[in-house]
Amino acid sequence: MNDAATVSRLQFAFTVGYHYLFPQFTMGLAFLIFLLKTLYLRTKNEQYNQATRFATKIFAISFIVGVVTGIPLEFQFGTNWAEFSSFAGNIIAQLLAMEGAFAFFLESAFLGLLLFGERRFGQRVHWLASLLVFVGTWSSGFFIVAANSWLQHPVGFQPQPGGGIALTDYGAILFNPWVGPQYLHTMTGATITGAVTMAGLGAYYLLQGQHRDYGQIFLRLGVTVGLIATIIALFPSGDWEGQQVARLQPAKLAGMEGVFTTESGSGIVLIGQPDVELQRLDNPIVVPNLLSFLTFHRWNAQVIGLDQIPDDQQPDNIAFLYYAYHIMVGLGTIMLGVMLLAALLLWARRLYTSRWALWLLLLIVPFPFIANTAGWFTSELGRQPWLIYGLLRTTDGDSTVVSSGNVLFTLLGFMGIYALLWCLFLLLMLREITHGPEAATAAGTHGVTTDPPDDFLDLDDTALAKP
Amino acid sequence: MPTLWFILVGFMLTMYVLLDGFDLGAGAIAPFAARTNRDHRILLQAIGPVWDGNEVWLIAAGGTLFFTFPKLYATSFSGFYLPLMIVLWLLMLRGLSIELRGHFPSPLWGQFWDGLFFLGSALLAIFLGAAVGNVVRGVSLDQQGRFFAPLWTDFDPRSPTPGILDWYTILIGLLALSTLVLHGANFIAVKTTADLQQRTQRIARLALVSTVLLAAISTVATFWLRPVLLDRFASQPLGAIFPLLAIAGLATVGYARWADRDLLALLASGGYILGIMSSTAFVLYPVVLPAVNPANSLTITNTAAPTYGLTVGLIWWGIGMVLASIYLLVIYRLFRGKVQLDESGY
Repeated sequence: MNDAATVSRLQFAFTVGYHYLFPQFTMGLAFLIFLLKTLYLRTKNEQYNQATRFATKIFAISFIVGVVTGIPLEFQFGTNWAEFSSFAGNIIAQLLAMEGAFAFFLESAFLGLLLFGERRFGQRVHWLASLLVFVGTWSSGFFIVAANSWLQHPVGFQPQPGGGIALTDYGAILFNPWVGPQYLHTMTGATITGAVTMAGLGAYYLLQGQHRDYGQIFLRLGVTVGLIATIIALFPSGDWEGQQVARLQPAKLAGMEGVFTTESGSGIVLIGQPDVELQRLDNPIVVPNLLSFLTFHRWNAQVIGLDQIPDDQQPDNIAFLYYAYHIMVGLGTIMLGVMLLAALLLWARRLYTSRWALWLLLLIVPFPFIANTAGWFTSELGRQPWLIYGLLRTTDGDSTVVSSGNVLFTLLGFMGIYALLWCLFLLLMLREITHGPEAATAAGTHGVTTDPPDDFLDLDDTALAKP
Repeated sequence: MPTLWFILVGFMLTMYVLLDGFDLGAGAIAPFAARTNRDHRILLQAIGPVWDGNEVWLIAAGGTLFFTFPKLYATSFSGFYLPLMIVLWLLMLRGLSIELRGHFPSPLWGQFWDGLFFLGSALLAIFLGAAVGNVVRGVSLDQQGRFFAPLWTDFDPRSPTPGILDWYTILIGLLALSTLVLHGANFIAVKTTADLQQRTQRIARLALVSTVLLAAISTVATFWLRPVLLDRFASQPLGAIFPLLAIAGLATVGYARWADRDLLALLASGGYILGIMSSTAFVLYPVVLPAVNPANSLTITNTAAPTYGLTVGLIWWGIGMVLASIYLLVIYRLFRGKVQLDESGY
């Protein structure tokens, strides 16, 4: 904890990990809002429109938390990772600046329209706003994934004479082979978060016996989209990612799968605790030969173990990497199973009355958030000890002028603010969910349900008596 | 090429000050202009659909600075570590205060966020001004082009190890606060009616007086502290057009306030901001971060990214800015006119 690089790493992991709880939800939800609005325009069923408004309210609260927790990230490259920034800033920041130019302006302009524009500008403009907000959030995701992909698999550069590296091929960083699988997998993950949450909300309403019509809409849409997305997360996107990691980052693969010794026909570990000191797995349950098959499509292919990777090129926290990966896969499998079951019940027209299945849908709501976070931890822990894979070590990338004490000061500050943020977020979410979809009105989405009496600051008693 | 990007990054920062400037100003005058809950809601409604987009200019300028002048971005952001983090916290809390206020019908809830909105906005204006002050005054860069500025040292701008806050940077911070209060009050006057509008106009008149005074003092202090900046006008007399623009802008605000022409006043305070921002850029050029020892100063040439990246960047940046301008026009046009407070919204 005493060196600045470690504290900076903690701060980055904390701020980006916390931040990503929100964009993954809003990216998924933006897609679902667009679907709901489109359904309304096609069917003219007013309930879809009402569901859109309600989902937009939930979206707005999550989006603002995503926006404010996103602000520090763009600046932290400079504040905490100055050596990295001057080394590779002319490349990585192309992608970050493009996110600002192409995604942030779009989102920020049309979110206002989505929130306040329906009554004034009509249904078609409102639909267009939902489309543009969806496109904005998803292109934001693209540039961030492209930036991360460049750290995982640096391309299109040349060393500069005065130190550092220079961009030589713009197309290469945008169409980095790493981007495709990772973007598909990340966006699928975000869609799962939106869909599982929506299905869980629908289940909650049906279990409570409130807002039944809306509960059924949320369940239908959430389960349908959720099933498709959980399948894509496994195949093809997860499969592609796995093969790419095996080919280009063998150390990451060995760490996340817990492969300590190189062998042909490597088995896949379902459960077990890595004992890094003794270089083995305790209490393993293994499916023989499956890892070789999944990564190389041959039952007897050789998988490189940690024993073949020099110590100074191994990820510095093997156990954490291993657990992050297994948590992602485990929860993903559970979600796939639940969605499959729910879809079957939906098809058989029995979902709305199967309380046990509704309970399952409600209880798995935290899973996609955990799984997405664990997935990012897998990706980033497995990249260590490199900041830019094979080019720049994490310990060489931090700001030399900033002391660990100063970083700890700001880390604690972020923790304090984010704790407050979490309380506010939960409070407002529970309030919106309790008020339910019927309370959302066409004009806008803020404070509609319980519009404060005009001059409540003048403290007249009726104001305080209202719920 | 680096000169072109110096101008373009300057343009983005100026857009930020012009646009987010009026919503920061709106926050700084909120407790004085708004008497009732209804007034507070009107203020928020006036900036609500646009404040986030305005702030994107800062984020986008940060990203553009990062890829065009990576060394400057790295050096200044790490050197200004503490104040920058404080600015980030203020930006976060202020953003929340705008968006969350309307979500809970309790007087205390409203008062809490109103207080935070005011504090966040006013402190941000001061800090952003102090940041400009730091860049004009210079920092203690070493030979490797690194520095770490403490929040304060001895409050003397001529110190060999100046801090973020000294009497000069605080002066510039106050000038920024006064400028944005003027700009924000002009904006709110355009968007409101009746007594709220009248109170705002009164605030704008007071802010005009304080801005004229502070601008005069700051100009004298700047050239007294760094007489070398005057040389730029000697070598390129045409540059005088920038300070003249600022003066003309302030004079026009004076006329518009006297004649109660709110929109003209807003445009004029925008012209004044454009004038001071461009003057600052003009006197600094080609230096981007002066050092106490001038040999260590960061300039556009020793911090710029290689040419290839700057050239491709120009293409997509151009497209991006055209799109951003279209969104900007669309949104400001859709939400033009006086604020109409319906049941929904803030």
